Amino acid sequence: MYRYDQFDETIVRDRVHQFRGQVARRLSGEITEDQFKPLRLMNGLYLQLHAYMLRVAVPYGTLSSAQLHALADIADKYDKGYGHITTRQNLQYNWLALVDVPDILDDLANVEMHAIQTSGNCIRNVTSDQYAGATADEVEDPRPWCEVIRQWSTFHPEFSFLPRKFKIAVTASENDRAAVRVHDIGLKLHKNADGETGFEVMVGGGLGRTPYIGLTIREFLPKEDLLSYLEAILRVYNEQGRRDNMYKARIKILVNALGIEKFRDLVEAEWDRTKDALIDLPAEEVDRIQAYFSPPPFEALEKGSAALTQAIGDDPAFARWERTNTVAHKKPGYRIVNISLKPIGMPPGDISSAQMRIVGQLAEQYSFDEARATHEQNICLPHVKESDLFAVWQVLRAHELATPNINLASDIIACPGLDYCNLANARSIPIAERIGQSVAARGGEEELGELKIKISGCINACGHHHLGHIGILGVDKKGEEFYQITLGGSGAEDTSLGEIVGRGLSSEEVVTAVEKLIDYYKENRNGDERFLDAYRRIGIGQFKEALYESA
Amino acid sequence: MKVLKIQHRSFEVSQVFDGTEISFEDWQAASFLPSANSTLVLPNSALLQGLEADFSVFDTIILEFPSFKDGRAYSQARRLREQFGFKGEIRARGDFGRDQILFMLRAGISAFEAEDENVVAFEAALREFSLFYQTCADAAVPVWHLRAHRAVAAA
Repeated sequence: MYRYDQFDETIVRDRVHQFRGQVARRLSGEITEDQFKPLRLMNGLYLQLHAYMLRVAVPYGTLSSAQLHALADIADKYDKGYGHITTRQNLQYNWLALVDVPDILDDLANVEMHAIQTSGNCIRNVTSDQYAGATADEVEDPRPWCEVIRQWSTFHPEFSFLPRKFKIAVTASENDRAAVRVHDIGLKLHKNADGETGFEVMVGGGLGRTPYIGLTIREFLPKEDLLSYLEAILRVYNEQGRRDNMYKARIKILVNALGIEKFRDLVEAEWDRTKDALIDLPAEEVDRIQAYFSPPPFEALEKGSAALTQAIGDDPAFARWERTNTVAHKKPGYRIVNISLKPIGMPPGDISSAQMRIVGQLAEQYSFDEARATHEQNICLPHVKESDLFAVWQVLRAHELATPNINLASDIIACPGLDYCNLANARSIPIAERIGQSVAARGGEEELGELKIKISGCINACGHHHLGHIGILGVDKKGEEFYQITLGGSGAEDTSLGEIVGRGLSSEEVVTAVEKLIDYYKENRNGDERFLDAYRRIGIGQFKEALYESA
Repeated sequence: MKVLKIQHRSFEVSQVFDGTEISFEDWQAASFLPSANSTLVLPNSALLQGLEADFSVFDTIILEFPSFKDGRAYSQARRLREQFGFKGEIRARGDFGRDQILFMLRAGISAFEAEDENVVAFEAALREFSLFYQTCADAAVPVWHLRAHRAVAAA
């Protein structure tokens, strides 16, 4: 993974020092909360319903053992002993005191971490495929380009007061695990007809109250031109994006108002003018960054392991976990291990300090000192030997980290909802917990196959409900929490936005509704057809009937 | 209100020049040549992409910040320097504070309308960062360039 040099270190330390001054001005009363708010929002610090929330940047989800241990220490020292993995691969603390935040930032800087640009109307933490560098289906490792974007976007003077926040995601695989079509800019590394690798550039995707699927602005961008092209897009957006209405200020609204052709003409004209200016990095700097992402020293192994086969035969619980939570690795004899942060009946994405330390130890011992936060609010260990899987599972299981439900019905994405967030209309976490309990009690989760349930507590869609095979949106109906069901969404390479099925349901009805949808699917699926594919084949009408009959 | 003009990493304080300010609209509509020492006021809604204009007829261009959160003038400043090659004073007017000064300077702004009691805080703000990852409209040498030099020196 990337390591800071003296320059990166100085920039982060200078930022901590600056923020310490800003907090001191607030605490002394020199500035009011109104004046302080935009300053703290430049550094990931939100004032929520009960306390301050700090969002720590985890660039493209990558975490070392030392970082996990530091995050655990912060959780114990300053919070209530846990943190929360977000849908943008970051980590949030929910119970902080303002006076402690500068010291927390110092502790983070000690392990090359920060909270820079995790909020505010600027370029946010860049996200990527959690399997980067480990999966066989990528054309190359996308992470060096994520790091290039991280550095370029950090304190970019021109783009720190954009009309609205700006999110960039990068993938290098046809199997999109980074939801690139629902980002302000999505980048996909791929090969052109001449066998050269470059970016497909997508723009104007997003969720929220006006969801859009991103459109391709350029099929093939040479890699070395990435930053100048991003600048051209950002400049046109900064100049022409709406600022009169925060709900219409994202780039998706501009792209769709102008039309992609007109927007493309503006960007290409701008890029023609600037692409030879000193914006893009010289090859030596790209090489320097790329060197940090060289493959770790994998052993030359045969595929499979006698110990693994034995353990699978001996222990059905392990066998089940091995099937659902591990994924093929590009190197024979290795696997990618998914650690579920969705134990049944618990808040999705929460991780205790003890669990952070366990993941850190496992990463250090079994996965070349690397773990990754995923946008589906889990963690993965990218490089584990097949012969070590049983040992890893035993440790995970002892710490409630081995729930075998990756991509299954109880692997639910949920926003913090009304339990924490002052924007929410309804609670998300208790709904996720109750659906998980229902799925577990009814059994047969593995046989159902991939089923993505996503819950947002308000129209801002932080729980990605538009992308759920089953989406659940919390709404306020005369002071009561109600939930709307959407069906048929997907955030993968077959991106689609879910359709609203019908009238809202009370929090009592919503779990039963999910059960009915699952039952209807079970009765009508063809073979091992996924829920999403069955829905696309059958259509909304019959699912709606199944959902509302005698309800 | 004074004008704080950047001189290296400190400020020189002067009175607001009391001369004629010409609005962008009038200038574009009238196609007259402004007299010497005149100042153009550019609203932040003016789109400069694709515009044909000779800004060098002005000594000073004022960019407006109706709210510090409205960042359109950063792109205008950068265009004036890089697209139009404007060498005169670019002055910020409106709602901004110490926490924007360095961004503004890097985008090409060289003077600020503010009270002279702001000088101490503004100068402190300029010193809060010494290293920058990216090029912009200022003369700052980006980190990637410093790295290359260090590598050459070490070789």
